[in-house]
Amino acid sequence: MQEKVSFTVNGKEYEVEVLSNERLLDTLRDNLGLTGTKEGCSIGECGACTVLLNGEAVNSCLVFTVQVQGGHILTVEGLKKDGKLSPLQEAFVKYNAVQCGYCSPGMLMAATAILKKNPQPSREEIKEGIAGVLCRCTGYEQIIQAIEAVAKKGEG
Amino acid sequence: MSKVTGRARFADDLSFHGMLFASTVYSQHPHARIKKVDMSKAMDIPEVLAVITPDDVPGSNGVMRGFLVLAGEKVKYVGDGVALVVAKSETAARKGRDAVVVDYEPLPPVLSIDDALKSGASLVHEDKEDNIISKSRYQLKKGDLERGFAEADFIVERTYETQFVAHAYIEPEVVIAVPDFNQEFMTIYGSIQNPFSARAAVAAALGWSVGQVKIVQNAVGGTFGGKDECAILNACRAAIASIKTHRPVKLSLSREESMVEGPKRHPYRFNFKVGVKKDGSILAMKSELIAQGGAYNNKAQFTNWRASIHATGPYNIPNIETRVFGVYTNTIYGGAMRGFSSPQCIFAQESLMDEIAQELDMDPLELRRKNALSPGHTLPDGQLLGEGGLPAPLPDIIDNTARKFKYSKPAQPQEGSVKKGIGIACGFRGAGLGAEAGADATGAIVTVQSDGSITIVSGLTDNGQGLKVAFSQIVAEVLGVSLDRIVYPTTDTSIIPDGGPTVASRGVMIGGRAMEKAALEVKKKILVVAGEILQLDPEKLTIENEEIFSPDNPEKRVSYMDVVSRAYATGQMLAALSWFSTGVPEFDYETGQGKSYPTYSWGMVITEVEVDTETGLVKVNRALSTHDVGTAINPAAIKGQVYGGYVMGQGMAVLEDIEQANGFVKSKNFDEYLIPTAMDIPDIDVLIVETGDTYGPFGGKSVGEPGTEMAAASVANAIAQATGRRIRNLPCNLERVFLGYNLTRQGTAR
Repeated sequence: MQEKVSFTVNGKEYEVEVLSNERLLDTLRDNLGLTGTKEGCSIGECGACTVLLNGEAVNSCLVFTVQVQGGHILTVEGLKKDGKLSPLQEAFVKYNAVQCGYCSPGMLMAATAILKKNPQPSREEIKEGIAGVLCRCTGYEQIIQAIEAVAKKGEG
Repeated sequence: MSKVTGRARFADDLSFHGMLFASTVYSQHPHARIKKVDMSKAMDIPEVLAVITPDDVPGSNGVMRGFLVLAGEKVKYVGDGVALVVAKSETAARKGRDAVVVDYEPLPPVLSIDDALKSGASLVHEDKEDNIISKSRYQLKKGDLERGFAEADFIVERTYETQFVAHAYIEPEVVIAVPDFNQEFMTIYGSIQNPFSARAAVAAALGWSVGQVKIVQNAVGGTFGGKDECAILNACRAAIASIKTHRPVKLSLSREESMVEGPKRHPYRFNFKVGVKKDGSILAMKSELIAQGGAYNNKAQFTNWRASIHATGPYNIPNIETRVFGVYTNTIYGGAMRGFSSPQCIFAQESLMDEIAQELDMDPLELRRKNALSPGHTLPDGQLLGEGGLPAPLPDIIDNTARKFKYSKPAQPQEGSVKKGIGIACGFRGAGLGAEAGADATGAIVTVQSDGSITIVSGLTDNGQGLKVAFSQIVAEVLGVSLDRIVYPTTDTSIIPDGGPTVASRGVMIGGRAMEKAALEVKKKILVVAGEILQLDPEKLTIENEEIFSPDNPEKRVSYMDVVSRAYATGQMLAALSWFSTGVPEFDYETGQGKSYPTYSWGMVITEVEVDTETGLVKVNRALSTHDVGTAINPAAIKGQVYGGYVMGQGMAVLEDIEQANGFVKSKNFDEYLIPTAMDIPDIDVLIVETGDTYGPFGGKSVGEPGTEMAAASVANAIAQATGRRIRNLPCNLERVFLGYNLTRQGTAR
């Protein structure tokens, strides 16, 4: 059954017509063309599809689009402000936190969520905050360093 | 940069006009004859446009060493594709897949090394005499084994086993086949590690010449050796579907499909017999290695050859006999995975060293220091170390690593249920492909464009490991220009000759040398043009910070851009295609003696763990990973490779294991196949050692594989030291650590 749903993504308002079982991930990628959000496991284990829904990190593969009526969604494409990389994006580049880049969008969204709630997280809090996003390339170390650097500067 | 903004395009992010979707019907049995494929119900689904079976393969169904695009007569494992459903949507394709009815006649499956070697075992490949992978047999003989055993004070015999490990790249395989208007060319976009192998297979499947197929590599979401056979077969399937429907076809594997169909790290069984003197010197070592190849083989002839050279470790053992072979089984198959066979070999070899140390009541560090290959010694293949030979930094590496880690054996026995342990692993790694496949060669093209930008093309591919950056740095350095000028387009097989696969850490070592060579040729051309402008001998000129001058007369100079403008105005070409080859190595495959590899990388890892003996939980606290990188070209990237490599090895040590029951894969997704998360990682320190080895470009040696190969061994040794109980089968998961054996698969521990 098709249903009308309206929400904002990266500050822009959208109204879409979707089947009631369409996943937010598919709406973002296929309908809105926002392919920055990735799919890795489809069962909410890898976190590659992490986006912020009303400020909370969620796996967009586990959310039905009809559930986000009136919600505010932030994806990796929305991190840049006025054409400038966000402090986290800059730090990810600077600290070599990106290798293949497939987990990076989800990782950046998880990191954004951490700093939103707690601008001065400890190393352990950062680890906990990104534990839902799997990375097979980096061993997480340089990702943690990048997030720590942003937290230290208080730019989060 | 585009990877942090979401703009980087991976294969699944691409879409083409009129694109269809395909889904593979996989085997329902590990071993069975296919009696009938009934596709009528699938064809009844309105959105399904075609069902493809082996009869639809226009060219050859066998595209790569026994691998079939689709299985026709019998299935050999649960990942065999039997048919392909093509539909207007992914959902419809999957619905169609589930509606295809295949009638099987089950055959007794061969599930283990023992099954495969049993007399009267059923044959995985009926066209072969037995289940042994014929080309995977190697041996290495050095010295006089029997004399070595006779002179030894005692003999140690041990058996170790490793498991199937998944690459677990976060991006599952995706391929898209796009035909051209006239159906004379086919472009494949995909997450494919080795575009040239893919091109050959797709051309064979279509019955076309390789020039009609173009592979365009997108951003690849990790591969670690794995986006190869399975990705290639899927590229063939998509290409056939595309020919049949005259439409672009996307084949996007689910995580479960990727886990079941794709290659894995080969499990190995190691049988060792060692002769040791009371003072700790190892006189003789006999090793027999058996690899479980699985249903198909594309790599065991290479992994096993590497294993035959490395099986006895980086130690000075005068008398060695190593034999290795692989077997077929009706299970998931082994392929290339970061480290090739070395993580398995080092786990076994370094566990053995600790067990020898225990027999001698000697500190494991001291035993390694005593036997470490040093200047004046010869490698297992007979090559000389030290003066007149190859660098031999291991003794220094052992000393420096131990000092930096503040190594000391924790006192035994420890109070309480949580016990600490420290584990060591040493390793050496032959660089590049070595004598594995004859000459190791690849090409590079460097072109200075009219606007001064420099386009570089390598025959090797950036799979996320940072080759793009390394190659760009090499060219910018040679040409004395800013890094911003370098443009690196994605790999396209129609531009450059086949440079072989991007494997075996040959990216920087071989690809970088070709790149350096091409840049040097272009530099020569730039200097000739500059010489015309400056009226100076080009031989005396140099480039620095985009200015060309003679060091004798530094006032007279011309800018890089002026030289480029003049070159274009006067019709002079500033481009070069260069080829770097190691030449065909001198190597005797009967004895394993000769120049196995042009040089070796050396290293050592120390790991401290805490084991909760009441639950079996292992916490990896801290680690130091030391690597001889020749000359460090990009320290941040080196560290990134080591951190990532270590954590992958840690996963192999304590978590990762593809559980199979009667040939069916049980751990198909990340809820059952666990890989380390950020919560699991230790504090990892990296010690970079520069040996001044002149082999790689600017003396660089690769670190992608050394970074991972010693980790599992060091973790396993640390666990054994903490618990006092040796686990000889990986992984050291909760049940093995706590109970001493695996609940689903018996293992040995003492």
